[in-house]
Amino acid sequence: MIIETKNLAFTVSGKRILDNLSFSVSAGRRLFIVGPNGAGKTTLLRCLCRIIDDFSGTIKVKDRSIKKYSQKKLAAIATYVPQSLPIDIQFTVHQFILMARYPHLSPFSVISPGDEKFASDAMEMTQTTGFAERVMATLSGGERQQVSIAAAIAQQAEIFLLDEPATYLDYKHQRDIHSLLMKINKTFGTTLVCVTHDLNSAVLSADTIIALRDGRIVFTGSPDEIMDEKILEEIYSKKFSFANHPVTGQKLIVPDYIE
Amino acid sequence: MKKKVIFILICIFALTVIVISPFIGPVRIPFKVLSDFQMESVESQIFYSLRLPRVLTAFLAGAALACCGVALQAMFRNPLATPFTLGISSGAAFGAAMYLIFAAWMKLPFGGIIFSFIGSLAAVLLVYGFTKVKKGFSVGTMLLAGVAVNFFFSSLILFLQYISDFTQSFRVIRWLMGSIDVSGFQTPIIFFIFTAAGVSIIALQNLNLNLMSISDEIALARGVNVAKSRKIIFFATSIMVAVVVAYCGPIGFVGLMAPHICRLLVGYDNKILTAASVLFGGAFLALCDTFARTLIAPAEIPVGVITSMLGGPFFVWLLLRNSAANSL
Repeated sequence: MIIETKNLAFTVSGKRILDNLSFSVSAGRRLFIVGPNGAGKTTLLRCLCRIIDDFSGTIKVKDRSIKKYSQKKLAAIATYVPQSLPIDIQFTVHQFILMARYPHLSPFSVISPGDEKFASDAMEMTQTTGFAERVMATLSGGERQQVSIAAAIAQQAEIFLLDEPATYLDYKHQRDIHSLLMKINKTFGTTLVCVTHDLNSAVLSADTIIALRDGRIVFTGSPDEIMDEKILEEIYSKKFSFANHPVTGQKLIVPDYIE
Repeated sequence: MKKKVIFILICIFALTVIVISPFIGPVRIPFKVLSDFQMESVESQIFYSLRLPRVLTAFLAGAALACCGVALQAMFRNPLATPFTLGISSGAAFGAAMYLIFAAWMKLPFGGIIFSFIGSLAAVLLVYGFTKVKKGFSVGTMLLAGVAVNFFFSSLILFLQYISDFTQSFRVIRWLMGSIDVSGFQTPIIFFIFTAAGVSIIALQNLNLNLMSISDEIALARGVNVAKSRKIIFFATSIMVAVVVAYCGPIGFVGLMAPHICRLLVGYDNKILTAASVLFGGAFLALCDTFARTLIAPAEIPVGVITSMLGGPFFVWLLLRNSAANSL
């Protein structure tokens, strides 16, 4: 198991955000985490890479408690891709991606040709080479997200913790990001842990789905299993309509808020 | 690389200021003093025991303040963060004033520095304490806490002045205006030791500072131990500010201006920005101090008055330019 949590809980000013979560992910899997707003999805991701470190219970990465790793050692294994990067970053794309080599550098070392290679490969894979010298603040939302993922690739992490990587993007960029993630998963065997609101994309991309509600796991299973009226109603307190994908036959949800 | 050229120009500028400034002043210094190490003439005495140490001290003080400014601005992701605005300077000033008024008779070795370091550290701990109490570190909170701490220590200094006698009070006021008044090489050597140490510590944090200047989240995701890094930076800035304040008083705005001008010149990468700001800040303060002692010679203007007169308008310009107030 590359990630294993046991009785993971997190409380902030008296409010329980995460409540006794125990689950595990094996290497190379694609785990998607869904659930209503405020269910604790983002908090969970932040615990997994120790952006939050005053949780209780244990999180093990590669069979070792993450509290026993230095932040740097942990970052060489797991990285976090936030929902969106700050919009006013004054570094160029190239500089930003090179900075992701941090876990592999000492304070004294300079950027080596090897580091440059990782950065340029990551840019090629994410099709960001074209705007390598642009300042981050000038990028569009979609471009910024591509760069964010490029940096995660350059970081050579084995686990990507992604927080709604496609939420703010248009359809084309949503699809691009998802196929990029699938490609990364296939090429490097990267373990993906991805939080999303988009059930359909979770069903299409995941091999396991966990649903959170009020900080508790209310569902664990395969994409096919979650596409069930009763289960979804339990998660979201709302009824869903379904349709089958015209080509693959995959059961998906369809919008039903039109009267 | 355009930035490298600009960096070399900054180096040349700094060197020029250091070399030329000691020759400027009410007494003309002929170039032949350079070979007169025995200090036989009055001119060479002025040059070696007054002007050169003073220019070097000013340079090192400016360098230290600029270095603090660079580090704090990156760490807080706020263009207005400086030792001055965060209350570190006033903490140090309060410590040093305490020493001046109550403890100077003890003639402690480095008493001024020790007291002012305690003061700056107290200010930092207060600011830092706020964020611990208010769980979750917010840059805005911390800056506002800094402003509060600044006022708090300023009022304590006023109180000290009020209860002290007239001569002491005058000394404190004169020193609070900021002045670089040294003779002999003892002070520049002390400054060199502390500035070199402080700048080296900050330089080793440059990669961390780059990442922290984006967001703490990204810094952590890339593997920066943000909490530890923050402590190291606070410690290094406290000690540099303490030394400068103990000897020269709270000289404002160098820590604000130098990093900003350098950012326009060499960009945001702290690896080059720190070095550029250190050189530029040093040269800037040395230049200001040269004006301070020559403009109305034989009298002197406190250098703090000059930097503040330049700094005030600069601060406003900065506010208008990138509406920094929004990021509070």
